[in-house]
Amino acid sequence: MRSIRNPKDFWAGALFVAIGIATLVLGAKYTLGTAARMGPGYFPRILGILLIVLGGILAIRATRTDGAPVPRFHWRPTLVVLGSVVLFGAIVRTVGVALSTVILIVTASAASHEFKPREALVVGVLLAALAVGVFVIGLQLQLPIWPGQD
Amino acid sequence: MELFTHLATGFGVALTPINLLHALIGALLGTLIGVLPGIGPVATIAMLLPTTYALQPVSALIMLAGIYYGAQYGGSTTAILVNMPGESSSVVTCLDGYQMARKGQAGTALATAALGSFFAGTCATLLVAAVSLPLSALALKFGPAEYFSLMVLGLIGAVVLAHGSLVKAIAMIVLGLLLGIVGTDVNSGVQRFDFGIPELSDGIGVVVVAMGMFGFAEIILNLESTEKREVIRTGLKGLWFTKEQFKLAAPAVLRGTAIGSVLGVLPGGGAMLSSFASYSVEKKLAKDPSQFGKGAIQGVAGPESANNAGAQTSFIPLLTLGIPENAVMAMMVGAMTIHNIQPGPQVMTSNPTLFWGLIASMWVGNLMLVVLNLPLIGIWIRLLTVPYRMLYPAILLFCGIGVYTVNNTSFDVMQTAFFGALGVLFAKLECEPAPLLLGFVLGPMMEENLRRALLLSRGDPTVFATRPISAGLLVAAILLVLVITLPNIRRQREEAFQEA
Repeated sequence: MRSIRNPKDFWAGALFVAIGIATLVLGAKYTLGTAARMGPGYFPRILGILLIVLGGILAIRATRTDGAPVPRFHWRPTLVVLGSVVLFGAIVRTVGVALSTVILIVTASAASHEFKPREALVVGVLLAALAVGVFVIGLQLQLPIWPGQD
Repeated sequence: MELFTHLATGFGVALTPINLLHALIGALLGTLIGVLPGIGPVATIAMLLPTTYALQPVSALIMLAGIYYGAQYGGSTTAILVNMPGESSSVVTCLDGYQMARKGQAGTALATAALGSFFAGTCATLLVAAVSLPLSALALKFGPAEYFSLMVLGLIGAVVLAHGSLVKAIAMIVLGLLLGIVGTDVNSGVQRFDFGIPELSDGIGVVVVAMGMFGFAEIILNLESTEKREVIRTGLKGLWFTKEQFKLAAPAVLRGTAIGSVLGVLPGGGAMLSSFASYSVEKKLAKDPSQFGKGAIQGVAGPESANNAGAQTSFIPLLTLGIPENAVMAMMVGAMTIHNIQPGPQVMTSNPTLFWGLIASMWVGNLMLVVLNLPLIGIWIRLLTVPYRMLYPAILLFCGIGVYTVNNTSFDVMQTAFFGALGVLFAKLECEPAPLLLGFVLGPMMEENLRRALLLSRGDPTVFATRPISAGLLVAAILLVLVITLPNIRRQREEAFQEA
C-alpha cells in the first residue's frame, strides 16, 4: 500500500467515492429505463458513477503528489454555532421571536473565544427588539412575538 | 431604434416611486451586510431574500439586484478601510486600496471605487440591454440537445476559470447536480433520495444550501481564528483627486470596464475574475509597476470598475439563456423561482416589463450607490468597528429567521445547519462550494434536457455531436478542459492567481 502524500485530496476523493457508492446503492430501487425513455434512476446513476470515477482519480493521485495536511477541526465553534441556530428554529414558533432571539444570541456568542455573557445578553435584548420591529411588525412575517401566540 | 423603446419601457418601470424605493432599500441593505467582514454577496442575497417575499416579482428582483451591487460595493469599502476583502472580488482592492488609505488617501480611494464602478455599471448596463435581444432570439432556437450541451459548457467553464483543482471542482458540480435532483421526479412522480422525509419531496431549497455553505460555514471558519481588525478612520475628508491621480485613474477605469464587460459574460466569469484580470493588466501597463501594492490608484480604479462591469454583464447568460454562470447568479435563479419566474429567453417576451425594468434598474441601482455611499461612509465605518463577537450572532439571527420563514419549518433550519457542517468539511478539504451551488441549481434542468434530447433522438446519444450548435458547444467545453491541463497554461493560470 502506497502512502497518502496529499491528505486533503485523498480524503476529498474518498468522500466523493463514498457518496457515489451511496447514490448507486440508494438509487438501485429507482427504475433505470432506457436512454430513449429514461426512468428516475437513469440520471442519478450517471452522476453516481461520475462521482466514483472523479473521487477515485483524486484519491489515487493523492498517493503520487504532495500536499498540505487537512487542517484541524474546531468542534466548539462548529457545534455551538450550528446547535444554537437549530435550537432557534425548533423553539421560535412556540416561545416567539423575542425570547428565542435572546436565547440564540447568548448561546451563539459562546462560540467565540471572547465570550462575555453580560454583553451577549444586552446584544440579545437589543436584537430581539430589532427582530420584532423589522420582521414581525415591519415585514409582517407570520411569526409570534411572545410564547403561546401561535 | 427598438433598443431605446425597450429601455424607455424599462425606465418607465424602474423609475416608479415604489421600485425606486426598493432599489434604494436593496442597495442600502446590501451595503450594510456587504460591509460586514466575511459575508460575501451569495450569503448576503440568501440572508435578505426573505425580505422580498411579500413584493411583486419586478420589485423583488430590482431589490435583489440592488442588494447584489450594494454587497459588492460594501465589500470594496471593507477592503480599502480594513484590508479585509468582504468577498473574493475585492481581494485585489485590498492590495492598493488599503495602502492608499494608510497614506491618508482613504477618501480618494473610496471615491475612485465609487465613480469607477458607476461608470463601468453604466456602460455594462447598456451592453446588457444591447446583446439581450439577439441572444434571446438565438436561445429560442435551442432544442434540448443544445441546452444540455450549453449547460455542460457553462459548468465546465465555471470551474476552469476558477482556481483550485479541476477534478475536485468537477466532482463538486456532480455532487451539486445530485443534490439538485433530490425530491419528486417530475416525470415519474418517484421520490428520489428523500430518506423517507416528507419535507424533502419538494427538494432541497437553494437558500438552504447557499446559506449553509456560504453563510454558516464562513462564520464558523472565521471563529476559528482570533481576528485582528484595524479600521482606518483618517483621510476621509478629501474625496477628490488631484489632476495627476485623475490622469492615472481614468484610463484604468476605461480598461477595467472593457475587461469586466467581456469577462463577465463568460461562464464562471463575473466579478471576481474580472477584478483579478484587470489588476494584472494595469500592473503590466503601468509606467512604474513598483508602485503597485504601495497605493497605486490604478490598482483600485481598474479592478473596481472591472468587477462592477463584470457583475452587470454576468446577468446576460442568466437573462437570455436562463443559465447562471456563477454562484451569485445561481442565487438569482433561486430568487426568481421563488417568485415563480422561470429564467430563460422567454422572460423577455412573456414578461417584458420585468425584463427591461430589471435592466434599467441596474443603472438606477448603480446611481443609488454613488449617491448613498459617499455621504454614508461614516455609518459604514462605525459598523466596521463593531467587534466580530457581536456581529456574527446577529448575522446568525437574520440567517435563522430568513431560512425559517421560507417555508415556516424548523426542518429547513436543520438542513441549513447540515450544509453548514458540510461547508466546513469541504473548506478543510479545499473543495470550493461555488461549483456545487451552480450544479445544484442546474441539476433538474440538466436532467430534463438530457431526457428530452434522448427521447427525441430515440435514445441515440450521438445527437449531441451531430447537431451543429450542440457539437460546437461540447467541443468548446472539451477544448477548455484540454487547454487548462496543458502544463504551460496551467502554470500561467496559477501565477495569475498568485500574483493577485
